[in-house]
Amino acid sequence: MNLLSVSNLNVSFRLKHQDLAALIDISFTLNRGERIAIVGESGAGKSVLGFSIVNLIGKPGHIESGSIKLENKELTTMNLRQLQEVRGKRIAMIFQDPMMTLNPVITIGDQLVETIRSHTKISYKDARNIAIEKLHHVQISSAEKRFYQYPHELSGGMRQRVIIASVLLLNPDIIIADEPTTALDVTIQAEILQLLLTICRDNGVALVLISHDLGVVSKVAERTLVMYAGRVVEEGPTLEIINDPQHPYTQGLLNALPQMTLPGQRLNQIKGNMPSLAERPTGCAFHPRCPYATPRCKQEQPGFIHSGESSVACFMVEDMLSEFADQSDQEVNE
Amino acid sequence: MLVFLLRRLMQACFVMIIISVISFAIQGKLGDPVQQMVGMSASPAERAQLREELGLNDSFISQYWRFAKNVVHGDLGMSYYYKEPALDVILKKLPATLELAFCAIILVILVATPCGVIAAIRPRHLFSRFLMILSSIGLSVPVFIVAIFLVYLFSVKLNMAPSFGRGQTTEVLGLWNSGLFNKDGLSHLILPSLTLTIALMPVFVRLIRAEMMEVLQSEYIRFAWSKGLSAPRIYFLHALKNTMLPIITVGGIQAGTLIAYTILTETIFQWPGMGFLFMDAVSRVDTPLISAYLIVVGGLFVITNTLVDLIYGLVNPTVRLASHGL
Amino acid sequence: MRHLKKDLIHPTSVSRWSHIWSGFIGDKLAVLSLVIFVFYCLFALMAPLVAPFDINDPAFMDLMNAEIAPSWISNDSRFLLGTDAQGRDLLSVILYGTRLSLTIGVCAVLIQATLGICIGLVAGYSGGRVDNFLMRCADIQLSFSTMMVAIVFLAIFQSLFGIAMYQQLAMIILILVIGLTEWPLFARTIRASVLAEKQKEYVDAARVMGISSKRIMFRHILPNTLSPVLVIFTVQIANAIVAEAALSFLGLGMPATEPSLGSLISAGFSYMFAGSWWICVIPSLTLIVLILVMNLLGDWLRDHLNPRVYKD
Repeated sequence: MNLLSVSNLNVSFRLKHQDLAALIDISFTLNRGERIAIVGESGAGKSVLGFSIVNLIGKPGHIESGSIKLENKELTTMNLRQLQEVRGKRIAMIFQDPMMTLNPVITIGDQLVETIRSHTKISYKDARNIAIEKLHHVQISSAEKRFYQYPHELSGGMRQRVIIASVLLLNPDIIIADEPTTALDVTIQAEILQLLLTICRDNGVALVLISHDLGVVSKVAERTLVMYAGRVVEEGPTLEIINDPQHPYTQGLLNALPQMTLPGQRLNQIKGNMPSLAERPTGCAFHPRCPYATPRCKQEQPGFIHSGESSVACFMVEDMLSEFADQSDQEVNE
Repeated sequence: MLVFLLRRLMQACFVMIIISVISFAIQGKLGDPVQQMVGMSASPAERAQLREELGLNDSFISQYWRFAKNVVHGDLGMSYYYKEPALDVILKKLPATLELAFCAIILVILVATPCGVIAAIRPRHLFSRFLMILSSIGLSVPVFIVAIFLVYLFSVKLNMAPSFGRGQTTEVLGLWNSGLFNKDGLSHLILPSLTLTIALMPVFVRLIRAEMMEVLQSEYIRFAWSKGLSAPRIYFLHALKNTMLPIITVGGIQAGTLIAYTILTETIFQWPGMGFLFMDAVSRVDTPLISAYLIVVGGLFVITNTLVDLIYGLVNPTVRLASHGL
Repeated sequence: MRHLKKDLIHPTSVSRWSHIWSGFIGDKLAVLSLVIFVFYCLFALMAPLVAPFDINDPAFMDLMNAEIAPSWISNDSRFLLGTDAQGRDLLSVILYGTRLSLTIGVCAVLIQATLGICIGLVAGYSGGRVDNFLMRCADIQLSFSTMMVAIVFLAIFQSLFGIAMYQQLAMIILILVIGLTEWPLFARTIRASVLAEKQKEYVDAARVMGISSKRIMFRHILPNTLSPVLVIFTVQIANAIVAEAALSFLGLGMPATEPSLGSLISAGFSYMFAGSWWICVIPSLTLIVLILVMNLLGDWLRDHLNPRVYKD
């Protein structure tokens, strides 16, 4: 059985005059200990997806339909009390900006201890010991001293370590990390990423890594979902996606990576911008920016085509496959 | 911490000097002490001699210096009307004003905090909307009209609470006369303190609500939710502690307003406090009393502001670090 | 050069105001508030024409008519809202009182605004030490509340010059005191928006083109700080009227012979215990509705023009 299975999830923002769809028909599964990545430009809805798993979408966001199952428990219909049991204990989250994530007026120690004590009945002293042990675990020096400090006394990288420690406190099954390294210095990014990877691998924790950076993703995730304008456009093993991207959008993302260009050459960028929720194009939402767009792309939303372990939603790929199938049919016929 | 206190002390001195100059100026301008001492019968020569003896012909600076020295020794002159040292007269009335102000402040904290928090957590709830409309109206009704309506309703119509005076008081530890420890005193306290509370409440309810709503949007609150903490813990510990910071600052700024409001309230309810005494002194042109009031109020003002800053420093850890570093 | 010129056009556009206007028309409470406010202003302006009695007529004050209840209680059709303790027609007195209160409020806020805008512009534009000093002054001024400063100042003034002289000058002194004490709110808001505007390209462009700093401030920055000023202006007039009323209530404001709403309420207060509630209650209601309407308008403007009024 899958640890987490999301099926046909639709999320929208309810405004005064209209509903704006933020996520459309999202489905994916996560196995125990598996590491997957959700990739896309900002505005693609990847953070919304991360937050909606634990039902933490900010207002006016709202889950319209679909199901999110943790083993066999349905998360979308849980009340607050049941959700609190899941949050932190089964599914923990790491946020983008460590400077904003820790409460500025509460000590590091108290923020760690309260997490443990709100899920398990143990004494403050025991909780403190666990917290300090986890601080050691994430390679924080002089953890006893840090325990009594306030967040502003720590550097950004240090705070992200504290957050990772706090996420580990209750040995969750899943960690959702929303751009965990974006706000950090480049030198620290790699360290934090490595730490996250080791911890997940060593403890058998499943990871959902949300990132806009395919380079980051390729080092950590086993499987990747590419999102565009609230939909998954391509899904598959990370290696396959990086080596052989099918969807034109994934290709564009890969080409835009700086290491894909030669020195002095102009950086490749995908022309145009991600459409806002209110002005989503008809048909395939990517067609205004797609170099291969056909009239059909403007009218119809492509379905998923599966090949091997990956799947992609694009008419071009569909056409190519059917041509290929025709050819092989002809070959067989001949 | 030391640097912080020193800076505060300097600011306090500055404020006190301004106030003392003002009160010195009124005293010099208004009451001719020679007139007060010898009456109309004295000859011009006698007067001139007395002037010389009293040092009234000295320069402004040296006169002020003498005045300031006296002030430091607690000597602000005799009240013309009460024929007692002005400072004593004022200090005798201080407990009444402080009791009134404290009751109002405590009521405001006890009522405004939960109201503001609820209005922030459930902005669409009927209670919150009702609260916001009420506070809009409350902001528009001046203090003295609040007092008038309270008097009309509870004293004139319902006859439930007395509308003037302080009632019976008891001496506490030989230090001051308190109205807090007997029924009569408490019943007299109801309307004046309620007036002050109603006058201050809307500002604080709105402020707490606005700040709380902003804090609830922040990432650390979302992170707290994602850790699976209970709702009361998030609202009343994580959010409220951060909300308190701006509220404390504004509370300090409101100290001046509170003093002004006590003057109004005391006048309406004839509450025998400093404000009432001050208005009396103004109508009797009792200059030493006026300047004594200014100096006492200035002192109170400085003390409250320092206290507010200290509390702010205690709640906000970043302030503490800055003072460690210095 | 074409690029520079384009940047020089101020970001505030006509369409924004028309958008705000159409939103305003849709908001019933806001429209109602505006209608009531305009109603107040008209009646205040035309008080001598509308009032049933001429308050300067010596016959106006007639103790024979003292304390007559409003017409719906006393059935005395001469006095719609009854008479006060001196036999004056309450309606006429209230009309003139409102006129006086509004005049004092508007004049006081004009002084505040002028002072505050100038100080704010200078502080925001020059920055550095000047800015530091001016804002420190604003802090200190703000921490002594207006009411406290005004009470103390007026009390001192009254005892210095005697009541007779004071009553003659009351209106001017009230305007000055209220006007001079509340400038920091304007100054801070203006400063904050100047600091924000200073970052924008059109100011840089203007400076590059060699326009003098005074001209940049008044012609280029000021128009863009108008919406927060408008909000504060509305709310401050309400506050000034309340301050005036409170001071008059304490006997430090307008004298009973030339009553503003505050002095009317003050005069009526002592008669309330005797049962003549209308002398006090009707002027109070007049004042409350006026303040409420202005605050609602101010709230609406703040929510919809959405300027960041500088908090603490």
